[in-house]
Amino acid sequence: MKVKQISVFLENKSGRLAQVTKILGANRINIRALAIADTADYGILRLIVNDPAKARAVLRAEGLTVRETEVIAVEVPDQPGGLGRVLQELDDKGINIEYMYAFVGKTAENAIVIFRVEETDRAVELLKNSQVKLLPESELYHY
Amino acid sequence: MWSPEYESMSGERRRELQFKRLKATVERVYNKVGFYRAKMEKAGITPADLRSLDDLKYLPFTTKEDLRLNYPFGLFAAELDEVVRIHASSGTTGKMTVVGYTKNDLGVWSEVMARSIASTGGGRHDRIQIAYGYGLFTGGLGAHYGAELVGAMVVPTSGGNTKRQLQVMRDFGVTVLACTPSYALYMAETAQEQGLDLHALPLRVGIFGAEPWSEPMRQRIEAEFGIKAYDIYGLSEIIGPGVAIECVEQNGLHIAEDHFLPEVIDPVTEQPLADGEKGELVFTTLTKEAFPLIRYRTKDLSILYPEACACGRTTKRMHRILGRTDDMLIIRGVNIFPSQIESVLLENGDTTPHYQLVVDRKGNLDDLEVRIEVSEEMFASEIRKLEELGASIRRKIESALGINVRVKLVEPKSIPRSEGKAVRVIDRRNLYNG
Repeated sequence: MKVKQISVFLENKSGRLAQVTKILGANRINIRALAIADTADYGILRLIVNDPAKARAVLRAEGLTVRETEVIAVEVPDQPGGLGRVLQELDDKGINIEYMYAFVGKTAENAIVIFRVEETDRAVELLKNSQVKLLPESELYHY
Repeated sequence: MWSPEYESMSGERRRELQFKRLKATVERVYNKVGFYRAKMEKAGITPADLRSLDDLKYLPFTTKEDLRLNYPFGLFAAELDEVVRIHASSGTTGKMTVVGYTKNDLGVWSEVMARSIASTGGGRHDRIQIAYGYGLFTGGLGAHYGAELVGAMVVPTSGGNTKRQLQVMRDFGVTVLACTPSYALYMAETAQEQGLDLHALPLRVGIFGAEPWSEPMRQRIEAEFGIKAYDIYGLSEIIGPGVAIECVEQNGLHIAEDHFLPEVIDPVTEQPLADGEKGELVFTTLTKEAFPLIRYRTKDLSILYPEACACGRTTKRMHRILGRTDDMLIIRGVNIFPSQIESVLLENGDTTPHYQLVVDRKGNLDDLEVRIEVSEEMFASEIRKLEELGASIRRKIESALGINVRVKLVEPKSIPRSEGKAVRVIDRRNLYNG
């Protein structure tokens, strides 16, 4: 139940983010979620899109440095304490988080949290029979 | 004048002396260094063919590549037991350029360095602070021995620790400062921050070299310190600092011609150029024993002036360095070749990423930024991993080059290409104007 995130290397220059979204828009790719991590010199754009393979191909064709990164997507009840319970469970199972970001789906009853963890396969295995609900690709990309 | 007999000898007598010494040097390398003998045989020339100084042009050139091929001691023309000192500078591809000195060679070096100090008005009453690095680099020890020979009080601070340098300068009553010109400006800036009035110090002379600098920079240093600033030239291959130095006229650098025979050539056709024409400096050592060099191509651009100088010296003068024929950079006195950085990047991954070196002067100190285009193989979605990648490249470059650099990761294709080739070096320091 791993899902795919598209990661893009961007220099801290004006207009870079606009260019990426323009390329995706022109190719009819829908952005489901987005997060940016940045340093003084550069940023990393992390995207969940409806068609990761195509997104990667079109961004590459425009000369950008792109990578597909495996992440997990967790459905979290959109209520107080919802995220806390998920994080506690990950911690109990010894799953280390590299980074995470969240978005709210169309129904607004649940939020989706994307986790990049150290060992994705192991995390998926450990969470299989737990309270944490992992979203498969088919559901996530069209959530 | 330290050695008027040699520094102000007539042109005719000097040419006689130069020829005698040239012949002895050529015989020495022909008999003792297989590499030179093979080269001369290939050119169809023997020491006996040298009939006048003009025949110098028939001798083959020696290049930095030759030095690399004979690393470390292959070009030494003295028994290794006779060698009492080694120095080294950066080579083009990670291998250092190694030079050796016999006792006599150190004597020659001290002599030309003593002449240099005397040429700027320095002498036994002076207190000379040597803030060139001591070590494999020739700057520190070269200046040191010359300063001892003139009988000055030597203050060997070596490089770094600027606050302590200034404290020593003030407390010890230093009168002569020897360092790189950019470090001098950095010292002036630090002095200002510390509230130290440089004009109130007894300091009166600066001997600056090991990197190119310009006339406007000289004026700035002279104004900030309230001193006279003199340009000194040298390279480790020839001997180190002391090959040439300005006199009080500050109108070109007098070459110690009785020890180093200068030529200027067209770097493309390799033909000798007349005095007054701009070209590549070529030196033949006339008295060195351990590491003589025949027609060594310095890749430094300059002009030779034969006219007599008001100071009384009759030696030819060279223009301050006007540029380089190769892509060597001198950063904080250290020679850097882009190819050294390329070798590091090659070791670092499967493919060589595109890179660019941006050199600038920040707060009077040289700053080297290495820009590296991030390829997909290098890229990770975690900031931590990218930061580690940048830091690891930085450490490797620093250990290969021996200077601090900044690594900046940039997007692919962001480094401009000209005719498909990346522009490797941007030097914003404007070193060669004036």
